Amino acid sequence: MRVTFTANGKPVEADDVWEGESLLYVLRERVGLPGSKNACEQGECGSCTVYLDGVPVCSCLVAAGQVQDREVRTVEGLAEENGELGLVQQAFVDAGAVQCGFCTPGLLVQTDALLERDAQPSDNDIREALSGNLCRCTGYEKIMDAVRLASARKCAGEAST
Amino acid sequence: MSTRTIQGQKNLQNINQASKDGIGGSPLRPDGNLKVKGEFAYSSDMWHEDMLWGMALRSPHPRANILSVDISEALKVPGVYAVLTHEDIPGSKYYGLEIQDQPALAIDKIRYHGEAIALVAADHPETARRAVKKIKVEYEVLTPIVTEEQCLDPETYGYVHEPHEYKSHAYGNICHEQKLVSGLGVTDEVRAMADVIVSGDYEVGMQDQAFLGPESGLAVPAEDGGIDLYIATQWLHVDREQMAPVLDLPEEKVRLTLAGVGGAFGGREDISMQIHACLLAQHTGKPVKIVYSRDESFYGHVHRHPARMHYEHGATRDGKLVFADCRIVLDGGAYASASPAVVGNAASLGHGPYVIPNVKMHAIALYSNNPSCGAMRGFGAVQAAFGYESQMDKLAAELGMDPVELRQLNAMSEGDFMPTGQRIDSPAPVAELLRRAKEMPLPPPLDTEHLDVRALPGALSNTSHGEGIVRGVGYSVGIKNVGFSEGFDDYSTARVRLEVIGGEPVAMVHTAMAEVGQGGVTVHAQIARTELGVEQVTIHPANTEVGSAGSTSASRQTYMTGGAVKLAAEAVRRALIEKGRRRYGWTHQDITLSGGKVVSESAGVLVPMVDLLGDEAIDLTREHHHRPTQAFDKETGQGFGHVQYTFCANRAVVDVDVELGLVKVVELTAVQDVGKALNPLSVVGQIQGGCTQALGLAVMEEIIVRDGKVRNASFTDYLIPTILDTPPIPVDVLELPDPHAPYGLRGVGEAPTVSATPSIVAAIRNATGLALNRIPVRPEHLTTEQPG
Ligand code: FES
Ligand code: FES
Repeated sequence: MRVTFTANGKPVEADDVWEGESLLYVLRERVGLPGSKNACEQGECGSCTVYLDGVPVCSCLVAAGQVQDREVRTVEGLAEENGELGLVQQAFVDAGAVQCGFCTPGLLVQTDALLERDAQPSDNDIREALSGNLCRCTGYEKIMDAVRLASARKCAGEAST
Repeated sequence: MSTRTIQGQKNLQNINQASKDGIGGSPLRPDGNLKVKGEFAYSSDMWHEDMLWGMALRSPHPRANILSVDISEALKVPGVYAVLTHEDIPGSKYYGLEIQDQPALAIDKIRYHGEAIALVAADHPETARRAVKKIKVEYEVLTPIVTEEQCLDPETYGYVHEPHEYKSHAYGNICHEQKLVSGLGVTDEVRAMADVIVSGDYEVGMQDQAFLGPESGLAVPAEDGGIDLYIATQWLHVDREQMAPVLDLPEEKVRLTLAGVGGAFGGREDISMQIHACLLAQHTGKPVKIVYSRDESFYGHVHRHPARMHYEHGATRDGKLVFADCRIVLDGGAYASASPAVVGNAASLGHGPYVIPNVKMHAIALYSNNPSCGAMRGFGAVQAAFGYESQMDKLAAELGMDPVELRQLNAMSEGDFMPTGQRIDSPAPVAELLRRAKEMPLPPPLDTEHLDVRALPGALSNTSHGEGIVRGVGYSVGIKNVGFSEGFDDYSTARVRLEVIGGEPVAMVHTAMAEVGQGGVTVHAQIARTELGVEQVTIHPANTEVGSAGSTSASRQTYMTGGAVKLAAEAVRRALIEKGRRRYGWTHQDITLSGGKVVSESAGVLVPMVDLLGDEAIDLTREHHHRPTQAFDKETGQGFGHVQYTFCANRAVVDVDVELGLVKVVELTAVQDVGKALNPLSVVGQIQGGCTQALGLAVMEEIIVRDGKVRNASFTDYLIPTILDTPPIPVDVLELPDPHAPYGLRGVGEAPTVSATPSIVAAIRNATGLALNRIPVRPEHLTTEQPG
């Protein structure tokens, strides 16, 4: 089948998609967006998290056919228009929250969504929001730091505008 | 073929980082921006325009004879390009890290659940899956040899490998064995010298590395008949060494380039899909990509050895250790992998960082029909630490002493001797680490007034509202070796090039070091900046075009490859200064490089490096070997076996819901001596990550194997700590330089994984009064076990 949808604001189409293919597979292998990661393909690790019509989902659990005419935003779409890092991306780099980085794309999308809902989450809010995203390297401390940093910058930015 | 593009080969090339940060600073990772943008190419992201997908058929049985394999139906599936069995292997059929005992594809026999039997290459992963299902294998299923008792009685239960089939096959189903005796050993007379004796049997379950990036890579056949492999691994050269004979190619025609690695922790030290992808590429003449699914990853790599241990410690009334008697049995599974070295570590480090006058130790690794076990962070020292630290708490309780004081009283320090007879010739601040861990402020008590259930044991499941919760505190300390031991000529190679690019002096660092997330690439740039006084450093992609860097394991890479980068950079610096002496006739003895200039401390700036270099490049390669070590004597375990030791102490605070059997680690403090923190941000990140894997082993992580079959090969059933399970991890770092190491540094990554597990179990015991002699501690242990 053919699937057409919007990825990071641009229309994309994929041909010869087998019915069993996931959105994750289509993004990674067919439309040249390998940023979302394939760590379990069972909805357990969160590495493949993308926005689907503005809601974070595990793209490995979404059948490709389900995204027909819908809007997908991936980690590749979190940067600024000019290619500079987005606020959450920069905070992860600055806080040392990236080691191997395989969990990072999913965490970035989930963090972005959290801060959209609540720009000043408590530590327990952060832990709850990110509890579906596994990271094997960092011990999560630096990820907590990164989210707090992003939150502080976001609030400072909002206060100054 | 050579004109086509391979995506994902720009991970580090051309990343120039304009930062003044040399060693001791915390510049950001050179690959960080790519990683947060989703542009960093991991091995599973490799893509080639006409590539095929490879997949393996794996055995559903742990032990069987293969009567026949019929691939004819699989070959008929449209889109299938090749189906291979061991008969299609052009060269040697066996490989292995230390003992060549593992067939690249099963030959006549199955030795573990998930062993690869045949391979398929097809145009789509689904086509490959369907073809794999059409391969017909007839098995004669045999009763697997899985328990210690069965393994040790081959007359009754059989052999996993025929006796004396491989060179270091000790005897029966014993893969490797190491004994150790020091002082008077442990005799009746020695026992009589102790006022108190405590003993215990301890068990450690099978832990998995569970790195997130699946085993994957892309093999591309080359025009010269060789092969190019883009791969996530821990050691490019040792992979090649094992691959080339199987592929029947000279080593120089097997070219490996590191693709982005999504974590490793020892799980990528062995071959997984490397040979399979290359065999398929050889047979089809097309690029072949293999990406493991998560369950295949659980089958396809070696795990941490499960262990059964017996410990006996004797002490005087005032707490001085008199003797330790230990037996450690590690289940190595079907193939040897790194078992011999793991046994060596367990035996030589199995008494902990304590001075014990009389010691006896017997450590063995078994061959069994369980999954193969090999390297995992902490490597043999982890299992033992659970044993000896549990014993320290038991002994303290028996003597009515404070457990930290007991440890401090017996703690080793510089100048003391290991049970192997090796003198500790660098700082060993064991007592000090414990003191600091104890003196860190404790977290506030559970706030029952303003309960947030998310902070309780059971967390989001909303299983309780604080009733039945008790708090406990526990301590531990551990010891780990750094680098490869027992006489192995451990070395690393680095090439450093200095030239003028865009009007500025730029250094390029080229090594074969596998960057697996630990941050070696950051440190290499820091070292080059420090030694060459430049700002711009480029990291060349790691490949086999330069000499071996050794493995990214054993906490050795900063020490070994960092050391090689330092040597090469120093050689470049000397060459540049020499060039200046020849040209300008400088006679100063105090010339160095700084801020892009050649400077003399007494005379100031001599010349900008740019002018001196002109359009010439200085390009030098150096090897760094650490000082030689010795093999341990087989019977006595004596010998200068380890090059460096590293120590970490922990304090764990836990809340236990004793009704539900649930544990929440409230805080996990780590205090570690790192010699010199080349990059403090990364050091702290390593320690926190190491502690979290230890937490996993303490309370949740275990591959469940029943009758040789793996029961939980998924992230649904094999649980690793989430951000809700992981507490704040305050880290205190000491920097006592090791005079034998580059910059005085000490390997960092493994020590916390060795030491942190026992502190958590000690805290749970402190909260509940239960004995808890097996890890991971499970809810049923907490609700049904007897007090210890
Ligand atoms: S890959 Fe989708 S949740 Fe793990
Ligand atoms: S940084 Fe490696 S999994 Fe999170």
